[in-house]
Formats: sequence, structure tokens, C-alpha cells
Amino acid sequence: MGLDDRIAEAPMAHYQKRLEAGELAYQFSPKAGRAIFYPRIACPYTGSTNLEWRKSSGRGTIYTLTKLFPSNARSYAVALVDMLEGFRLMTRIVDATAEDVEIGARVALAIRPGENGDACPFFVLEGK
Amino acid sequence: MVNPGINRGKVAIVGAAESDLGEVTPGLTPMDLMAQASLRALDDAGISVREVDGIFASGVQTRMAGVHLAEYLKISPRYHNGSFSGGSVFETMVGDAVAAIQAGLCSVALIAYGSTQRSASMAGSGPARLIGIRTYDPLITPFGPRMPMSSYAMAASRHMYEFGTTREQLAEVAVSARKWALKNPVAWEKEPLSVDEVLGARIISSPFTKFDCCLVTDGGGAVVLVSAERAASLRRKPVYVLGVGDGVTHYEIHSMDDLTRTATIQSSTNAFAMAGITASDVDVVELYDAFTINTILFLEDMGFCAKGEGGAFVSEGRIAPGGTLPVNTNGGGLSYGHPGMYGLQLLVEAVRQVRGECGERQVADVNIAVAHGNGGTLSSQSTVVLGGADTL
Repeated sequence: MGLDDRIAEAPMAHYQKRLEAGELAYQFSPKAGRAIFYPRIACPYTGSTNLEWRKSSGRGTIYTLTKLFPSNARSYAVALVDMLEGFRLMTRIVDATAEDVEIGARVALAIRPGENGDACPFFVLEGK
Repeated sequence: MVNPGINRGKVAIVGAAESDLGEVTPGLTPMDLMAQASLRALDDAGISVREVDGIFASGVQTRMAGVHLAEYLKISPRYHNGSFSGGSVFETMVGDAVAAIQAGLCSVALIAYGSTQRSASMAGSGPARLIGIRTYDPLITPFGPRMPMSSYAMAASRHMYEFGTTREQLAEVAVSARKWALKNPVAWEKEPLSVDEVLGARIISSPFTKFDCCLVTDGGGAVVLVSAERAASLRRKPVYVLGVGDGVTHYEIHSMDDLTRTATIQSSTNAFAMAGITASDVDVVELYDAFTINTILFLEDMGFCAKGEGGAFVSEGRIAPGGTLPVNTNGGGLSYGHPGMYGLQLLVEAVRQVRGECGERQVADVNIAVAHGNGGTLSSQSTVVLGGADTL
């Protein structure tokens, strides 16, 4: 897609459509030679609008986290995960209490509906 | 050359004031407090409101703050700026005001802020309880962070992981801020605080307990800037703007490349270079302590200690009253007050320290003070170096 072309599909709409289909999609910028996240209309490193959609392996490592302890629900960890493909995203580690989750842990994608029903990229501890 | 269009020491802050603070009289609006602070700062300077021809204002509750303040005080500014970049915007506006005055766009610049964040959140239910409430973001909301606390908490977690910074060291920041607050009659907090109390408090978003998080108060402030020439004939000791610097690394925390290194590295490098100083020349530091990790990060990033050593640096009372580096002498956002955005209050305290009018909490022989603002979620950083006549 060129810069002068009308944008035919919203990047975040495409991302959400792929999540609903069970895939975590991200963009790759051939010009920058690296992954882009969050989805956007151009590569932030080069300004190029030539971006490829790719499917993530769904595997990554916890870069950092914070643990929350709601009084009326199970504790949970919110994390920033560095994906194998070289991009980072925010997520919540599910099927685990906060105490089980640490920085450096390997995690795997678990797409599930969020509170509003939209498919969201949650993660589980790998091998658990 | 850093900031080649503006010059060290050519513009001075000649008036500084706070509005009513803490929990203000019910029904007051943010604009009431902004106007009160503005008139107090102008009175402090001995300049009539009719002379103001440059307005710089911002706020969370106040859209078009500069335009609104012009209406409220019937000012017809030649230059106005109502931009928004989070709590650091007022430090950024010092640079803007210096540039505007040096370029002849205005001659009397007023920077102002007002907030009723505490009153508004007490009075309301639902959306009114959370001012500046975030809308649904598919990249954040579904995962349940408490914003903005969780963003800063994730920076703290990473700092602890990489450098061995301890929970106790974070608590030292809160305890030091509280010790300063007890010397400030207008600070919100009035009781001592111990490391054990910080550690034992309710966890908000790990590693933070409630004492690692800033207060929610009402308040506001204003400063008045004029050229150094004009400042010489005014009644207050001029506080010269020696250096300014800005930096932005991201908007949301998921897009911050390294959560242990902030844009303060850039903002302070430029501000210190313009001022011709290094960290060792600074007598007092007022920095935006929305959370305890901020103090550690910003002291490291400004060069007061090496990266990763901030936890040890803030321990043993080193930044508390009587310590080697006085930090947040008004009590900070943690114990003095945090009216939605705290950046203007940093400037007021830095000015007062340079003037030597801080009473019991006055630091001896202040020549150079730094006011360092933070905005968003460690997103935007702005450093201002201020100095007295001896620094020219």
C-alpha cells in the first residue's frame, strides 16, 4: 500500500479480526527489518507504509509485571511480554495466581474473550 | 550548542504562588483555583494582571485552559499556549515562555494551573470519581491494570529485577518525603511515616503499597516570568532560568523500550548543558514523585548517581532533611499534595528555595535548584534549572 492510497482497512480492525479467528497478528516492516507493534498505518522506524501482516508464534518471555490483589477476586499479574518475533505487548497471565508469575518466565498465547466479549491475547505460563 | 535560540539567565521567574490546597471549599472550580494562584503570583511579583500578555495554562479538568484563563481574568494575550503533555507540561512551558519572551511574542508570561481533583472525586460517583478517565483501549483495558499506578509499578518491578533495588529502598523515598512534609505547614500529610508502615500497607499494584503512590488533592499554582532586565526592578529576588530540556520516549507504558531509562536522560542532559552545570552543582532537587520509583529513576537519569544505584542512593536519609542531597523539600507528590498534575508545584518550591523563603525546610545556601517534571506514564520529561543572581 502506498502513502497516497486510501487506507482500505483499519490496522486495529485487522488485528482484532485475526484475534477473533484465533491468531495473534503483528506487522513486519521489511524496510526496518523488524516487527511492529501495536498495529499502525506505517512503520514508525522508517515511515514506510509497506508492512506485512504476520502470525505470531504466540511465545514470549515476561519483561516486567505488576501483581494486583482485588478484594473480591483472584489475584492476577499484568505483564509486558517480549515475543519471540521481537515485539512487546501488554497482557494478563491467566490460569495462575499472581504468586506463580515472575519476570523472565516463558509464556504462551491463550486467546480468550475479554469482559466486553472481544477476543483478547491473554497468556498462560508455559508448561503449566 | 543546546537550545541555540534561547539564552541562559535572560528570563527570570519573578512571582510564584500556590492556590488553596488540600481539600478546598466545596463548589470551587479548577478555574477559580487557577485564577487565585495567578493573582497571588502576580501580587508576589508586584505586577498588575493587566500587564499579562502571555498565558500558559493546562489541566486535566480544564479544556482550553489558556483560553479559559484569558476569559476569567479578562486578559487579551498576545501569546497563549494551552497544550497538554501531562504533569511535566509546566516545566515545558517555562522553556516556551523563555522563548516567547526572548522572541518578543510576550513580555509578562503567566504559567498557571488549577485542579479540584480531590473534591470532584469525593463528590461524585461513577465517571466523576476518576478525572481524566481512560476510555477502552484493546491494548490495555482487557488485562486489568490499574492506571496509571500499574505502569509505574511495572517500571519498579523491572528496576528491582535488573539492579536488585529493594522494597525497603522504595519505602525510603516515601519516608524521606514525609519527613520534609512535616516541615511544610501547607503539606497534606501531618503524621510521621516509617518504612514498616509503607511495607505493611495495602498493595495497590505490586510492588507498590498505597504509600508508594501520590496523594489525590485539590490545588494549583502559578509563576510569572519576565526578562532579566525587567526582573531587576521588581521587588522579589529574581530566580533566573538557566537551562531547560525536554524529552519523550512513548505514550503508553507498553511502548517504552527500557522501563529503567527515562527521557529524563535527554531532558536533563540538555537542561544542564544549557545551564553549564553538572549534577554536583545542584543544591536542591524538586522532582515529580508521583510514585516512589520516580525519585530513584530521575535521580539516576539526571546523573546524581549511576544507573541502578538509585535505591542505595535514596537510603540512609540521604535525600531527607539533613541529607546530602535535599529532594522534594515541600514533601512532594507523596506527602505535600498532588492536585491531578504536580508540575507547577515543583516550580513554586524550587523558586522559594532559591529565594530562601522556605522557613523550617529551607536548604542552606541554595544557588541552583532543579525542577523536574514527569508526564503520562513516564512518557514526557522536562527539566528546568533555576538559579539566583550568583549563578549569572
